[in-house]
Amino acid sequence: MTCREFIEFLMQYLLGEVDREKFDAHLAVCSSCVNYLKTYQQTVKVSKAALADLDESLPKPPEELIRAILASRMKPR
Amino acid sequence: MNPDPSLMVSSPEEREEARLLSALRAGEDSAYEELVRLHTGRLLAVARRFVRNPEDAQDVVQEAFISAFRSLDRFEGTAQLSTWLHRIVVNAALMRLRSRRRAPEESIEELLPKFLENGHAAELSREWGVSGEEAVQQAQTRHMVRQCIERLPESYRLVLILRDIEEMDTEEAAKLMGITANAVKIRLHRARQALRGLLDPHFREGGA
Ligand SMILES: [Zn+2]
Repeated sequence: MTCREFIEFLMQYLLGEVDREKFDAHLAVCSSCVNYLKTYQQTVKVSKAALADLDESLPKPPEELIRAILASRMKPR
Repeated sequence: MNPDPSLMVSSPEEREEARLLSALRAGEDSAYEELVRLHTGRLLAVARRFVRNPEDAQDVVQEAFISAFRSLDRFEGTAQLSTWLHRIVVNAALMRLRSRRRAPEESIEELLPKFLENGHAAELSREWGVSGEEAVQQAQTRHMVRQCIERLPESYRLVLILRDIEEMDTEEAAKLMGITANAVKIRLHRARQALRGLLDPHFREGGA
């Protein structure tokens, strides 16, 4: 197995959707792919952490918006 | 005899929700105001995950509330109101992006890892320092990560947000995006690879 194949099927490997043996054999000899695997998993965690917190990302909603939303209920389109 | 549905639920939150829901269905103005004040802030933040422009995010939330008001009768009460509204906002955001789709999007190819002819990685991958997950606790790093996510071509960025951040399953994301489950899987894997590449210079040991 090459690095290209390893990385192409990495997601299926992590989901247990492929025969793990060849992948494990590649990992045993390729530290670059070991690092790729780790940083790929970190990417998922880091992106989640960066966008997950809804409360920090915004100040108080503008009063005009709240009024506009309430007004839109009055005039059904 | 049918018992009052608000008596069949147990926790205080559930009772509170049942009360609000029946007030909404009765058309009480104060209930509408309560609902909107309670949820608009978080829903704006959800919309901002998808649409970059703050005014667009406000429009999305407004559109979402309009369609929520219209379909209140069909709200089953099995989900929470907040979950239901969240879902409607995601839908409204995707609809807006779809209607706005302009130029053909940039290719993701150049953000993917490169390989030599023999299949070896063109550049050896390195570990990320302790930085990675710990660094995200700093507002500055979260900001940097968000900016890297923004650099992904739109259809990849959306799949990444739906799957990895909204934590929808593949089928659900496929339905919302109007693409096949297989296309969702392919795009997710590419999006993660591209994002890994964009984050790499920031997180690799001895990196910036
Ligand atoms: Zn390798």
